[in-house]
Amino acid sequence: MAVKQDRLVQIGFMETGRRDSWWLPPVLTFAGYTAFIVYTTWAALQNANYWDGNLLSPFYSPELFGKSPHAIFGPEPSWWPNAIFPYSPALLILAFPAGFRMTCYYYRGAYYKAFWADPPGCAVGEPRKTYWGERTFPLIIQNIHRYFMYAAVAFIFLLSYDIYVSMKFPDGFGISLGTLILATNVVLIGSYTFGCHSFRHIAGGVLDRISRASVRKKVYDCSSCLNRRHMLFAWVSMFTVMFCDIYTRLCAMGVWTNWRIL
Amino acid sequence: MSQVTFRIWRGEGKEGEFKEYKTEITEGMVVLDAVHQIQAESAGDMAVRWNCKAGKCGSCSAEVNGMPKLMCMTRMNTLPQDKPITIEPIKAFPRIKDLVTDVSWNFDVKKRIKKFKPRPPDAPDGTWRMQQEDIDRPQEFRKCIECFLCQDVCHVLRDHHMHESFIGPRFLIYTAALEMHPLDTENRAKDLKDEFGIGLCNITKCCTKVCPENITITDNGIIPLKERVVDEFFDPVNKLLRIFKPNS
Repeated sequence: MAVKQDRLVQIGFMETGRRDSWWLPPVLTFAGYTAFIVYTTWAALQNANYWDGNLLSPFYSPELFGKSPHAIFGPEPSWWPNAIFPYSPALLILAFPAGFRMTCYYYRGAYYKAFWADPPGCAVGEPRKTYWGERTFPLIIQNIHRYFMYAAVAFIFLLSYDIYVSMKFPDGFGISLGTLILATNVVLIGSYTFGCHSFRHIAGGVLDRISRASVRKKVYDCSSCLNRRHMLFAWVSMFTVMFCDIYTRLCAMGVWTNWRIL
Repeated sequence: MSQVTFRIWRGEGKEGEFKEYKTEITEGMVVLDAVHQIQAESAGDMAVRWNCKAGKCGSCSAEVNGMPKLMCMTRMNTLPQDKPITIEPIKAFPRIKDLVTDVSWNFDVKKRIKKFKPRPPDAPDGTWRMQQEDIDRPQEFRKCIECFLCQDVCHVLRDHHMHESFIGPRFLIYTAALEMHPLDTENRAKDLKDEFGIGLCNITKCCTKVCPENITITDNGIIPLKERVVDEFFDPVNKLLRIFKPNS
């Protein structure tokens, strides 16, 4: 039954016979995620320039308490320990989308390779001899992914509401470049969220006789279709959400004006 | 016609070294053809396991230029020939001789997985009725030819040698084929979590990348099984629902 360990070949760190550029995807992943994390952290802590008229940055949406007209429950809470940690509306909500991406099956596989070299690449030797996987603490926490998915689905509706708000101008209905950017972002984040493995499982993957649930079968098929491009949507939506914030921020700073199309 | 240099692992057990061979390559040749030619010309004692030469028996698994591949399905014109082409045995299993490894552990693992347990027959003649759309998912996994390339590339077996606690991608999709079968009534979630080590898979998708049958091992097999384990052991709401609806 058992494989005698002394009969197996020990593979050293980075040892591989591969001749292709196997190191390129993890390097690009490392650079892309690092850029996103650094920018998101910086933007979330600013508590300024996150809205411009009817535009609200998705990093700050929904704005529960804050100084913009988009705030749902009024100004920032008086109980917030500003002396210890300066308040920003993003701090109240960003854990949900961040948690969704951190526990996403695609991201997990990618950042285990890029940040932890576990493994650095397929058929490339690892730096560590010990391995726990996702069986024990801390990575066993990844199993809560579906709860973040529920929150992410709610965020799709909240971000969709922001598109509606972005079409309300003082003189009535209108469409701006910002509206189109927000809408593109929602479509791409929606494609990422509804192609999530947990969503796909709950939609119909859990059923062995899915033919008996025709509506769930259709949802499962749609989710499977998106799931086949999950990596693509994960990356593209990451950059579009960042670009939405940059666009709103530059409008708010007066660097450029939100161009009204209609 | 061109002469190509190969570096082939020669040795018994863990002891051995790469030896260089040169042979003429003609149009349409695959790596296994070249190995056979080298065997005929200059290395008659070289051990290599092969059978169908059509990518269906899964015997000729090896690492060609460092990537797990079937030698019979790797065309020579897809490999750069300016440098020697390296061929070595798969690394997740003990080496026997030259390119042959001892993969018998896999057959023992298969015996540990709970067998297919169908529901009572649907018709008086002892037969069942299934919809094609229900059987589509298990059918994808039935394409597996047991070449064990996925086992070889999986770092849990290859680098960490955790054969005692992890059954590997091949047997996770074997389990998935049983678990998702519309007739099957057995529950293997506890085994997956406790004995088969599904939590050790960290979803790097290397198994999917090397599968010669293009089975979507990770997305369609392993992750859905992980979700089923979450259903049973890590989702408190699901647990609560099962108190009120035990058969869900």
